[in-house]
Amino acid sequence: MDIKRYWLAANLCVLGLLLNSAQATPQIQHWQTDSGARVYFVPVDDIPMVDVRIVFDAGSARDGFTPRKLAGTALMTNGLLAEGAAGKSAQQLAENFAAVGAVFSNGALKDMAWLSLRSLREDKYLQPALSNLQAILNQPDFPAQAFQRERERLKIAVKAKKQSPGTIASERFYQELYGDHPYASPSEGTEQSLTQLTRHDLQQFYQQYYVARNAVISVVGQLTRAQAEQLVDQLLSELPAGQAAAALPPVQPLAEAKTVQIDFPSAQSTVLMGQVGMARGDADYFALYLANHAFGGSGFGSRLMDEVREKRGLAYSTYSYFSPMAKAGPFQIGLQTRNDQVEQALQVVRQALHDYIAEGPGEDELQDSLKNITGGFPLRIDSNKKIVEYLSMIGFYQLPLDYLDTFVSRVNQQSRDQVHAALQRRLHEDKMLTIIVGGNQSQGDN
Amino acid sequence: MHLLKRIPLALCVAGSVLVLAACQPNTLRPDQSAEVMPENGVFSYQLDNGMKILVQPDHRSPVVVSQVWYKVGGSYEYPGITGVSHALEHMMFKGTEKLEPGEFSEIIAANGGSENAFTGKDYTAYFQRIASDRLELCLKHEADRMRNLQLSEAEFKKEIEVIKEERRTRTDDNPTSLTYEQFNAAAFMNSAYQQPIIGWMDDLHNMQLSDLSEWYQTWYAPNNATLIVAGDVQPQQVFRWAEQYFGPLKPSQIEAPKPRHEVAQLGERRIDVKAPAKIPYLLMGDKVPVRNTAEAEWEVYALEVLAGVLDGGDSSRLSRSLVRQQEIAASAGAGYDPYARQQTLFLFDAAPRDGHSLGEVEQAIKAEIKKLQQQAPDNSELERVKAQVMAADVYEKDSVFYQAMQLGILETVGLGWQRKGEYLQKIQQVTAEQVQQVAQKYLRDDQLTVAMLQPQPIESSAVAPRATAGGRHGH
Repeated sequence: MDIKRYWLAANLCVLGLLLNSAQATPQIQHWQTDSGARVYFVPVDDIPMVDVRIVFDAGSARDGFTPRKLAGTALMTNGLLAEGAAGKSAQQLAENFAAVGAVFSNGALKDMAWLSLRSLREDKYLQPALSNLQAILNQPDFPAQAFQRERERLKIAVKAKKQSPGTIASERFYQELYGDHPYASPSEGTEQSLTQLTRHDLQQFYQQYYVARNAVISVVGQLTRAQAEQLVDQLLSELPAGQAAAALPPVQPLAEAKTVQIDFPSAQSTVLMGQVGMARGDADYFALYLANHAFGGSGFGSRLMDEVREKRGLAYSTYSYFSPMAKAGPFQIGLQTRNDQVEQALQVVRQALHDYIAEGPGEDELQDSLKNITGGFPLRIDSNKKIVEYLSMIGFYQLPLDYLDTFVSRVNQQSRDQVHAALQRRLHEDKMLTIIVGGNQSQGDN
Repeated sequence: MHLLKRIPLALCVAGSVLVLAACQPNTLRPDQSAEVMPENGVFSYQLDNGMKILVQPDHRSPVVVSQVWYKVGGSYEYPGITGVSHALEHMMFKGTEKLEPGEFSEIIAANGGSENAFTGKDYTAYFQRIASDRLELCLKHEADRMRNLQLSEAEFKKEIEVIKEERRTRTDDNPTSLTYEQFNAAAFMNSAYQQPIIGWMDDLHNMQLSDLSEWYQTWYAPNNATLIVAGDVQPQQVFRWAEQYFGPLKPSQIEAPKPRHEVAQLGERRIDVKAPAKIPYLLMGDKVPVRNTAEAEWEVYALEVLAGVLDGGDSSRLSRSLVRQQEIAASAGAGYDPYARQQTLFLFDAAPRDGHSLGEVEQAIKAEIKKLQQQAPDNSELERVKAQVMAADVYEKDSVFYQAMQLGILETVGLGWQRKGEYLQKIQQVTAEQVQQVAQKYLRDDQLTVAMLQPQPIESSAVAPRATAGGRHGH
């Protein structure tokens, strides 16, 4: 299947949530367990199923704070949880989920590590799935053989990244942009760091970070409040209270512009340009969200798409986004184009960015974006899956419980002047990082 | 941890096409619509011009998805014009007699909607996701571009370059995609399924606007289209709007494409793909029937369960054996899609671990096949596959888009949307012996095609510094 319109920015879900005040927003119930875990719950009766998502402040940004500071520690710890727990093998754990039709997944990003479960509601399905998840969460065994195996598999994944120009570009972008900051380090680690990693490193990491005070649990589905409370208590039964992870250090922006060229035998070059952006809860969040929407965050109709693709046919996909994180996440512009068009594409992007910062969005552009954001809000919360992911985000970043209810009105409060001022204050075209991964300009199609 | 990109199995669909305007005697007429009863939650209706309308109400949220599906795609194309269905899909956003290029998209965006389109082997579909009180807008403009597209040379010149960039991103610079494309072309000799949906680059270089306008004239007609609406809507209201906007469109005389039935395979086929890469990659495929072509219907569902036994989650055989027990593969999978116009492939893919070869992994997969041929799977294995299918049937209710998509695929491959309701029951009826029987009958070396990605060095083929490299550093 070839999808014509490929909106990377939208797919990344990094731009936050939108709300139409005319529509009912999910009524979020929030409480804290005795051991200190924060819980977010929305009862939804329509479908006989339950979604649970457990998030820990245990992403790869924590790798650098472990005793041996080995990249890949957070991801490997998370990845080993379901590879053996409470004496059951990976095979038994997987069979237990499959036998009741439950779907389990897990993973780790820079800020957070997560476990997620979708199950049928009937107790004969739900209870075995929960017991299994309880074991995985509370009693992981980190079996030696599974450790060796998963470490080897992760090394192959690290190697596989080197055959993708897009991944090479993205990894280098974070390295150059974040320097000494924990966000610079690749979540998967490196061949070298993985070789040094031991089971003991993972067990230590687990004991420190997989604790109640460092956890956010989101539950959506066909449950009463009492049932949800019981479910959460059962899941966390043996997890010690522990301590919340310490705050990450602040991010220093680049002092001057930098361009990095990496040769790769590809027909296209991948171009990434950007700078340090903003953190969740930033005072300029709504102004910058709106500013980016019109510039490169809304696919067709955005300035970037118009200049790069619609007017000139230079790329299939081009976008920009702010990725707000616990500390300032990046602002990034991206595209891929035929090797001999890189200079032209860069010029077009730089000019578009220059004009946008200098003049700000036009009143029409701003109104178009506001209409899209306001009218499109119901689509953001139209499934249990989306709601549970939003609960996790609100919980993890400790955004206010009325974040959804007030989002649209807060976006709508932004005037053109405010948006323009925020752009000028926060985007620095003379200090952009540019990464280019691709082939020689004469290197064309096969 | 799922570390490696998997092959794009899911949406390579097709089916024996019934594209003539005649037909569907069981579908209700407009004047009967007040009595329409849903079948498995779906309300159906047909316009006088042959266009079919399906509505699946879901009132959980005040949103709706609207999809228009055409019976045309990559498998309708001939050598020399591969990619024309997909290219036309791009140009469908470039204006009509009433709208400027891009204006449809702007209208949808201004109303808070998102929209897109996709092209498969057997279909091309256009969709919007939008607040349910804006549905009429979508229908009005979809009807407009079904018959009134303005194909401009200037827009085409730019857009064909965009499509080439899309091809470079998706295929040419992605070694596993490239391997899949070559594998597919080797597995099929004369079937149109050997052609890439996005088209060969040479065909894109030589594509003309007239190729697109001919394609548009041939296939874009109400009697070759199905409208599917799912979400917070009243079926009667959707039918009225369909009458109003699509009703006046004239049907076309549409001839089904020549079948191009694949010639019998007379022995195993093997290819190597040498490309800059880091990880070797194996693809294997056996010719198998689909729901449209199966001699016996149960075989198709037995093949589905077989795919589940081999690769239905982390507990299934390939992960257990190749990844966890033998520890020779970083990943291993299998896949089958019963919904296509014509015979397709039962696929396997795998990436070996360091120190193990593609050949070893191939032998290990063949050993797993042999086990299933010699001994039927355990009941507990079968029950796990069936439990997952049963649960998925509930979970899919969380996505109206996915539900609409299933109806669209069944319609465009020629099976009819009613098949959706029987799937779960047919899977539950499959026995362990039937799984063994289809493994014996179809997973045979003579029907096999094997492709191996043999990685070529990336660093040593790195190109000389560019003449203009100096201009790249700093601003």
